[in-house]
Amino acid sequence: MTADTTSAGATVPVLSVQGLTVSVRSGGSERALVEGLSFDLARGETLAIAGESGSGKSLTSLAVMGLLPPPSLRASAGRIMFGGQDLLHLPEGAMRRIRGRRIAMIFQEPMTSLNPVMTVGAQLTEAISAHESLPRGEARARALAALQSVRIAQAERRLSQYPHELSGGMRQRVMIAMALALKPDVLICDEPTTALDVTVQREVLDLLRDLQRETGTALILITHDMGVVAEMASRVIVMREGRMVEEGPAQRIFAAPVAQYTRDLLAAVPRMGDGSGAAVLPVAESVVRLTDLRVRFDIRGGLMQRVTHRVHAVEHVSLQINQGETFALVGESGCGKSTIARAIVGLVPHEGRIEVAGQPLQDLTAEGRRALCRDVQMVFQDPMAALDPRMRAGDLVAEPLVIHNIGSDAERRGRTAGLFERVGLPPDAMARYPHEFSGGQRQRICIARALALRPKLIICDESVSALDVSVQARVLALLEELKRDLGIAYLFISHDMAVVENIADRVGVMYLGQIVETGSRAQVFGNPLHPYTRRLMEAVPIPDPGYVRAPLPRLSGEIPSPVWPAGEAPQRLRLVDMGGGHLVAQSNPTAEIAA
Amino acid sequence: MHRYRFVLFRPLQLVPVLFGISVITFLLVRLIPGDPARILLGTRATPSALANIRTQYGLDEPVWLQYFYFLKNLGAGEMGRSTLYKVDVLKLITTRIEPTLALVGMGVFLALLIAVPFAALSARRQGSLVDHAVRLVSTAGLGFPSFWLGAMLIIFFAVRLEWLPVSGYGETFREKLSHLILPGLTIALSLSAVLTRTLRAAMIAGLASDVATAARARGMPESRVFWRHVVPNALVPTVNLLAVNIGWLIGGTVVVESVFAIAGLGQLMVRGIFTRDYMVVQGVTMTFALATVLINFAADIITVTLDPRIKL
Amino acid sequence: MTRPAHPPLRPRLSLGLRFARRPMLATGLCILGAFVLMAVFAPVVAPYDPILQNGDITLLPPSLAHPFGTDNFGRDLLSRVIWGARIDLQIAVIGVVFPFLIGTVAGTVAGFFGGWVDASLMRLIDVVLAFPFLVLMLSIITILGPGLGSFYIAMALVGWVSYARLIRAQILVLKTQDFAVAAQSLGFSRLRIMFRHLLPNALAGSLVFVMSDAVLVLLNGASISYLGLGVQPPLAEWGVMVFEGQGFLNQAWWITLFPGLAIVVLAFGFSLTGDALADLLGVKE
Repeated sequence: MTADTTSAGATVPVLSVQGLTVSVRSGGSERALVEGLSFDLARGETLAIAGESGSGKSLTSLAVMGLLPPPSLRASAGRIMFGGQDLLHLPEGAMRRIRGRRIAMIFQEPMTSLNPVMTVGAQLTEAISAHESLPRGEARARALAALQSVRIAQAERRLSQYPHELSGGMRQRVMIAMALALKPDVLICDEPTTALDVTVQREVLDLLRDLQRETGTALILITHDMGVVAEMASRVIVMREGRMVEEGPAQRIFAAPVAQYTRDLLAAVPRMGDGSGAAVLPVAESVVRLTDLRVRFDIRGGLMQRVTHRVHAVEHVSLQINQGETFALVGESGCGKSTIARAIVGLVPHEGRIEVAGQPLQDLTAEGRRALCRDVQMVFQDPMAALDPRMRAGDLVAEPLVIHNIGSDAERRGRTAGLFERVGLPPDAMARYPHEFSGGQRQRICIARALALRPKLIICDESVSALDVSVQARVLALLEELKRDLGIAYLFISHDMAVVENIADRVGVMYLGQIVETGSRAQVFGNPLHPYTRRLMEAVPIPDPGYVRAPLPRLSGEIPSPVWPAGEAPQRLRLVDMGGGHLVAQSNPTAEIAA
Repeated sequence: MHRYRFVLFRPLQLVPVLFGISVITFLLVRLIPGDPARILLGTRATPSALANIRTQYGLDEPVWLQYFYFLKNLGAGEMGRSTLYKVDVLKLITTRIEPTLALVGMGVFLALLIAVPFAALSARRQGSLVDHAVRLVSTAGLGFPSFWLGAMLIIFFAVRLEWLPVSGYGETFREKLSHLILPGLTIALSLSAVLTRTLRAAMIAGLASDVATAARARGMPESRVFWRHVVPNALVPTVNLLAVNIGWLIGGTVVVESVFAIAGLGQLMVRGIFTRDYMVVQGVTMTFALATVLINFAADIITVTLDPRIKL
Repeated sequence: MTRPAHPPLRPRLSLGLRFARRPMLATGLCILGAFVLMAVFAPVVAPYDPILQNGDITLLPPSLAHPFGTDNFGRDLLSRVIWGARIDLQIAVIGVVFPFLIGTVAGTVAGFFGGWVDASLMRLIDVVLAFPFLVLMLSIITILGPGLGSFYIAMALVGWVSYARLIRAQILVLKTQDFAVAAQSLGFSRLRIMFRHLLPNALAGSLVFVMSDAVLVLLNGASISYLGLGVQPPLAEWGVMVFEGQGFLNQAWWITLFPGLAIVVLAFGFSLTGDALADLLGVKE
């Protein structure tokens, strides 16, 4: 059906949204969250709807599916034309026959979108037989075929497994298999790769592109990530606060954005380069030095609660952070980068040696540890969770001063006010509670609190990952400014290669608890030598539609587990200096992922 | 299958709890002021009987040794003798356990029969008049004293309408069943108030969950979304709640048996307290504790069956 | 800058406004307030003596003179229900306070310190929970002898367990949250983290639980009195009154109905307040 209409279908849109308005009703009045949105979707094309949080992009997809949660949300105006019918006025029964069969959807969180108590096979067959009455055996065969089409290894075995037994990437493949099993005309992907690691994201994006080419399904891709937009979309809609800001072919949007907002958005997107342009730092004394750091967690089991397995979270890590520099640790989830941060502030027991400002941590008394707390501070990923919800912002920032008996009441008040000004918050913010701030402002409060004790090192654990790109850019600029003015060093922990390249002086790449490559920004990004570093960098979506990716074999590898039976341990990597302090792991248990 | 391996070693993990139960029930009688031999045998015991029990339970020995005598007797199936009924306590308990078990079973069965449909109705029409009514009644139901509710049911169904017997238990299966309906309903109404609230909350959360949205996006009819994707996930917290409340439920039978004059374990215990038949009180307390432990174990097995993610 | 350096911990609520927007809270608090007033002013409000017997007016059905009727001793049931509020409110309050205090301290300490303190406390809790609640209370009352004092002691010995478990679970979760980790990394002392940062956040959940626990305690106290092991006649207590009506189910339903209704309404007040508090504090049960 779809294959023979490709030439003619270009003129007749498969889906046409006209003047769509979605409103929320609260307290008697209605407010529009999406207003007057219009677009056409041509057969077989990929349309990206891009925007930051609150732009209304996800509501648009739910409106098309007729799944806006009643009674507060509803499509109050406009038309959604599909197959000659207005979906907004279709009775529920008819709409149901379209959902899943002709318009399918996949969601951001594959774990919470799959039913945890049903096997993958049962859910797939259910999705198929909801629309086609097939004998049980045939439905199961179709389910298996669908799983195979998304290139899941051992598809047969997966049918009898439960969602929690699969990795995140596999779960999203199952969602895609379910969505495409009935060969729909339109597939809506709502942030399909946001919850996934960057290498898994690469695999899922490749898969989506291949499947679209094979089936001719039109794709609506909803995302905040301009890199993903550039890689996937032929046409782009940029949304902001419920309104379309700009629409056009991807090439044009990226090359010559018209709207000011689009320009700002694209300017805020961190870009990867070759690591050049880094300022050469003068040699300074070290703030933190890790020598052969190891962190392992015991897993107990069985009758006697003996240690049966160990999580080797951090294995033989040595690194040094100098005064006034930003050292970035990058790696995918579970690689141990956050555990290192917690070990430095003494929150997890460790083996090996940690020196802070020349003082070995294990020699310190309780008093010494308290003093150490002044030197090392942390800023977390989720600022809402890091701030006690029952305290005012001013008290939160002043509390460290109170604890460490610094200054009189008046001095503290003055210093707190100074800190608020320093991080760009208005003075009246001191009297407000955390929930009254936006995400970016809350992170500023966290930074102000971290600065209160005038630390030598601030550990930023994914501190900008939860923020919108434009907010992220401003927080990064603040961090940069503080470093320049106050000479603070950062340990910057992130999964985002592009952000790291924009902020780091030196970089360490972590994989399964070990550092596989480390060196200056120019060394690691300009001349990545370890295969895992390369794979990470190649996986990052590039915000440039003209970028031609070197053809790579399609991968569906899984990151191995850092859990080992008691008594066994992963092979220790040997780092070799490739010149100028650029260390690269040689002995290589990760050979299979590079293959 | 390895998820069920806990069935093998969980009984061993229960050893500390069983130890604790035995210590508490042992102390129960020893803490009563007075001569323990007379406490166990009653005031009209003969001197030879008193001497016998002193040797059997080592009552002249130090307390920790007495505990071992207690355990030894327990191991031999010896729980003492009732001063009131003049029979072995173990035998007394085995004859009285059936009505209590039947009452608990009937209560849980009727409670589910009431709670599931009302919770479903309420959750699927959240904010409707039905929902408000169900919420109001279930909230009020939390505070219904079972002794009063039982009396009200008797007044209405047994005295006014004469549909069902006022009290007692009966001999044949049919008789027993008809005698169990009102007491069962008494327990069920109290229990279903808690169950309905939990189930409703879990179902509402389930209806708004990603699982439900994703199922709807695949074109599932709403009833299928509800019964296949919402209810199974709501059952897990419900079973947990039932397990947590099982102690409360068994305790409830003590009161309900008194209201309906059912000759079960609860009535036996209350009468034991009044007639100072301490061996009986001790035996029944221990039986109730063991039953609670066993039922919780069963609930663990059910939870593991319902939710493939749970490992114990 | 006239603001104090440390403004009060809680947000200032525009109380009237919040109250009006929450009919559940308003109704619940009104019911509780009505019962408190009834208990305090029982001698003034009650039309007759609750204990004095009068052989001339036994088993009268509800009428204008005796809105709730009279019992087999000719006592006015309305007066007895009003006086009963004194005892039953006292049961609900005292029966909650001691378990709450014991449980909160035990749970906080166990959750925060972990290790053997936590392990031994949890074993003890396991053992207490292995007994059906009412059965263990009856056993303790067997040792102590019947009476209201025994009931309070038994309640404290058995009831703390739920609070300890609840607080401990909350502390365990809160302990790993970023703001607690942040407090630790800022070098705050353990006591400060435990009582200033963790406990206030954990208490929200147990305040809600206090309300539903008050219902359970009330029902327990009344049940034990009904069984004849708590409050002793001729004192007016609702459970005792229901027991006294038991013999007259087929001729004088009012003796049983009204004291039971009093329990139901008071319990409803506690439940409504608890639900509304859960809403207000954002606590999930």
